[in-house]
Amino acid sequence: MHPILASIAIAGPETILTLGSLAALMLGSFTPQHRALTVTSLFAVAILAVAGFSLLDAPAGRSIAFDGLYVADDFSAFLKVIILAAAAASVLLALPWLGERGPDGISFGRFEYPVLLLLAALGMAMMVSANDLLSLYVGLELAALPSYVLAAFARNDARSSEAGLKYFVLGALASGMLLYGVTLVYGFAGSTQLDVIAGLVQGQAERSIGLLFGIVFLLAGLAFKVSAVPFHMWTPDVYEGAPTPVAAFFSAAPKAAALGLMARVLVVAFPGAVAADWQQIIMVIAIASMVLGAVAAVAQTNVKRLLAYSSIANIGFALVGLAPASPAGISALLFYISVYVAMTLGSFLVVLQLRRPDGSPVEAMADLAGLSKSQPRLALALAIFMFSLAGIPPLLGFWPKFAVFQAAIASGLLGLAIIGFVASVIAAFYYLRLIKIMYFDEPALALASSGSPVNGAMIAACAIFCSPIGMLAMSPLAVATARAAAALFPA
Amino acid sequence: MAAFAFYLFAGLLLLSGLMVITARNPVHSVLWLILAFFNAAGLFILLGAEFLAMLLVIVYVGAVAVLFLFVVMMLDIDFKALQRGALQNLPLGLLVSGVILAEVLLVASGWTAAPGVIVHEALAGPPPGMTNTQWIGSQLYTRYFFVFSMSGLILLAAMVGAIVLTHRRRVGIRKQNIAAQNARTPGGTVAVGKAGLGQGVEL
Repeated sequence: MHPILASIAIAGPETILTLGSLAALMLGSFTPQHRALTVTSLFAVAILAVAGFSLLDAPAGRSIAFDGLYVADDFSAFLKVIILAAAAASVLLALPWLGERGPDGISFGRFEYPVLLLLAALGMAMMVSANDLLSLYVGLELAALPSYVLAAFARNDARSSEAGLKYFVLGALASGMLLYGVTLVYGFAGSTQLDVIAGLVQGQAERSIGLLFGIVFLLAGLAFKVSAVPFHMWTPDVYEGAPTPVAAFFSAAPKAAALGLMARVLVVAFPGAVAADWQQIIMVIAIASMVLGAVAAVAQTNVKRLLAYSSIANIGFALVGLAPASPAGISALLFYISVYVAMTLGSFLVVLQLRRPDGSPVEAMADLAGLSKSQPRLALALAIFMFSLAGIPPLLGFWPKFAVFQAAIASGLLGLAIIGFVASVIAAFYYLRLIKIMYFDEPALALASSGSPVNGAMIAACAIFCSPIGMLAMSPLAVATARAAAALFPA
Repeated sequence: MAAFAFYLFAGLLLLSGLMVITARNPVHSVLWLILAFFNAAGLFILLGAEFLAMLLVIVYVGAVAVLFLFVVMMLDIDFKALQRGALQNLPLGLLVSGVILAEVLLVASGWTAAPGVIVHEALAGPPPGMTNTQWIGSQLYTRYFFVFSMSGLILLAAMVGAIVLTHRRRVGIRKQNIAAQNARTPGGTVAVGKAGLGQGVEL
């Protein structure tokens, strides 16, 4: 077979997503306008599902494609499953919102929404399979560009436009920093391929300032993408301004992709002596994210901003798993990502499902007062997500936190684990406060549910996964994460 | 001679770059920018990268800079107000750029490449029988096929995004409906009647 055809076969999910997004664009354009959105959305979900099932068919072990630009291994396959599932959920959960009309009577419903999501999912799949700084950058941009547009999707809403513009300007700046880091690393190694860089880094006796600067800039760009402190400034504003389904999407799939990318680049390309340098940086941003995410969220009154700070804090906890640079740590990181995606999608789904009596979406935390009386089932689901995010033991959210701290302590990073523990206690305050508002405050508004059965089913699925029943999924997850993590550490 | 050409192009490039940000008239800024592009293209030619030089002239001068000119002339932007804002933030900007400059100097002075990596290697040039452009093409469409095609998708995403954010479906405008036009038959539109003498026609 021609080498390019062989490579295309290895990059099966990407090929399916590429052709699928082009077909979805055509389908949306040539379907009558009133059906275009539904048809395209269902088609996009089908494409994401097919791409996911193509992962099952992939050969075991590590396959390199496109002259070393692309790698398919257990690590990328695990993350792709999460990314594709989160992207499919994001397509579905937006349907009720897209079908609605804004205050000015103009519908948001445009069939480009699922198409842009497919393109973003393709970029994210490419990110976690990047074996070269070049494909890393292109994947990152392909994931980011549709995200900027999605943030501004409700274009008649000034806040949404502002969110899109802010995200775009800061994202472009972060990409610039990342590229500067890439050039410095390339200047050091003479290659952009991760394996080649790793070989040169390991064979080196003294540390190179150029390489170190390169790693710092690379990390600055990546930290922006995962919204880790001190590059988190955009997160609350963008989450608040962007339409709620888009914010739900931002909080799930891109975080998984960027964390996976970060883990692969750091662990594969910079082993040996230089690992101590980047571990230090990861530890600092992990501590800063955990602490700032926990403390700043206390003063929030908007649910979406609260969830934004919650995602910053959670990224901090996930990075604790990356800091030891050990197979156990990476495996804990992957476990954390998979549970976090379910928790955050579930929380956003509940917020999306709730409606004030006049039909407008719920954003203020005070609106949730007495939710347990008006919408007991949604209140119960949100309570499960909040307890789980807080890491209260019987719920599933406790176990990934436990795993990352265990991995950190096993590698002698006791201080990091203690700070993380303190931060999670502080964070528990605002999660519990939301539960108190829902269950013990006098009802302020008789909140209604938008009544979408699909979203209701997704809330139920996420809630069951995050509840103690989810512990049944832990042992298969542990096997999968351990296999995926082992792919980054060649024996 | 090559050294003279280099300093000429590089000097003019720096000068026009400076003029881009200091010129008072925004149209002049764009014209200086075009000069900067031409000088950068000259530097590429000195490096033996004539394809990149032509690309720079065609794409940047021919398309991007002309687009800038249109935008500057068509949009009513108050550049005076923008410049006033810039002046207020000047100390902070100088501080940040000073820090970055110091960092770049630090990196450049302590620069070491990994052992075994050849620095300042003279460009080997294309294989015999191939021009520079052919060589780039043969690499771009084989070795870098993956990133090249994905870059195409980035452009597609940008295009879809631009349409999503700007295209509005307006109601109440009369559009041409070609199918309806073609489907019209003389029978439905033309009526033949008898006009009696001195009576006119009733329609």
